[in-house]
Amino acid sequence: MNKFKETMFKSITYVASLFTILALFGIIFSLFSEGIPILKIINFKDFLGSTAWHPTSNPPDFGILALIIGSLVVTVGALVISIPLGLGSAIYISEIAGQRTKEIIKPIIELLAGIPSVVYGLFGMAFLSPFLIKVFGIPTGLNALSASIILGIMVVPIISSMSEDALSTVPKSLREASLALGANRWETIMRVVLPAARSGVLGSIILGFGRAIGETMVVIMVAGGAAQIPSSLFEPVRPMTAAIASEMGETAFGSPHFHALFGIAVVLFFITFITNLITEFVFRKKRNQT
Amino acid sequence: MKKTILVLALLALIAFPIFAKGQKITISGSTTVLPIAQATAEIFMDKNPEINISVRGGGSSVGIAGIMAGTVDIGDASRHIQTKEIVAARENGINPYENVVANDGIAIVVHKNNPIKNLTIQQIKDIYTGKISNWKEVGGPAMPIVVISRDVSSGTFEVFNSLVLGGAQAIDGALMLASNNAVVSTIASTPGAIGYAGLGYITENVNIVKVNNVMPSKRTIQDKTYPVARTLHMYTNGAPKGLVKEYIDFILSDEGQAIIEEQGFISVK
Repeated sequence: MNKFKETMFKSITYVASLFTILALFGIIFSLFSEGIPILKIINFKDFLGSTAWHPTSNPPDFGILALIIGSLVVTVGALVISIPLGLGSAIYISEIAGQRTKEIIKPIIELLAGIPSVVYGLFGMAFLSPFLIKVFGIPTGLNALSASIILGIMVVPIISSMSEDALSTVPKSLREASLALGANRWETIMRVVLPAARSGVLGSIILGFGRAIGETMVVIMVAGGAAQIPSSLFEPVRPMTAAIASEMGETAFGSPHFHALFGIAVVLFFITFITNLITEFVFRKKRNQT
Repeated sequence: MKKTILVLALLALIAFPIFAKGQKITISGSTTVLPIAQATAEIFMDKNPEINISVRGGGSSVGIAGIMAGTVDIGDASRHIQTKEIVAARENGINPYENVVANDGIAIVVHKNNPIKNLTIQQIKDIYTGKISNWKEVGGPAMPIVVISRDVSSGTFEVFNSLVLGGAQAIDGALMLASNNAVVSTIASTPGAIGYAGLGYITENVNIVKVNNVMPSKRTIQDKTYPVARTLHMYTNGAPKGLVKEYIDFILSDEGQAIIEEQGFISVK
């Protein structure tokens, strides 16, 4: 009877893992089979290299360079904001704060990760964008800057909690040795603890990048949606995810526009796939080290 | 004895959906027509409990494709059916029939503090295509114009694009927003903005601009003096008959049209 239970349990978990893999391959297959046909209508170079995205004009233009740039601008902007904030709070929690403060601050930062993205988007539309208009005297508050700020706040808990984990696994003996050699606290953190934890910190940044580039609701609501290469952060952009989500609903199944949106999804898939590979590589290296 | 009654009751329960079969209408299509279909279907089902209406969105193209393929009873569309779609449908042995169920006006809106009260179609076109980029060029304050448009797949964009822009390209720097509500709330917080939205979505936080000196209203839309207006359609296979006719007759009745006005659209009568 026990043996029967054992086999049952084994096969159930086996089927569960198999199902996950099947789902993944199903998604990849449908992405490619619907995305590749766009190359019959527009060649690869024009698809990736042209900035003209007018999918419903007559004749239509399906160049997605402006959308790729839009995604990269808001993602890099988000990292510029979230790396100092996330890393700073990780260092404070792990190295400087006392046990009590740590127990209060840590859950609060992690709470940020639990807020639904549509709530962040509403906050951006209703408060941040009018605020930016007033502060900078710019014509519109729905632009690359406001999307970067909101995405940056969303990424902070990822970078903070993962970096903090990495910092706290650095052996205490390293810190003690550094202090014993006459280094002060600042020097110990910057020259000894951070370098020792660098692969974990790097991994958290890459994960944050993946989170920001894949985020959809926030960029639909606050990035402004203009398919152009922005000449400054105060101009609206149309990230890839926003184009897919807001145009797919009213696109006729099997039309060139439909295939173009799947083509964007393939590009997005490659970008996140590569970042995941890098993360995996970084963490594997870390595991081998310790 | 008790057992027999129980069995009979169970049988009746199982058999009920079989008798109810055929009393079903399926509708899909335009998200603009969706609130009309939903609101009228709810009341119609309250009055006729044996009829079941399933309503879905998906967009005008989806609704027309559904009629062409014969997969729905009613296909909603905020645009007219195209000639090539009629040809394709006829090849399938289907004859699309247009039922006009409501009128809808697209209002041109600006920020509450903007002194501009009237624009011509040509001026609006020049603003959207980038020839005019500052409010002082149309008699307003010196302030850059923030052009707000809708996502290129929306029916509202399609109608605005054909009636105002005449198919011309809007500037790439225009904000493209995902819904009528997003357009109105963004204009309310952006002093230099101009945008457009279905009349039913306009709030008191923004100003409606006259187009060619005509204010959008029930009267100007019905007598077609307001230029940026459209009709909303429900397509059927041939002239509606049976259950579908009952439902469409209900929408076109005084009671149905009153529901449509409650939703912010304009009656066809």
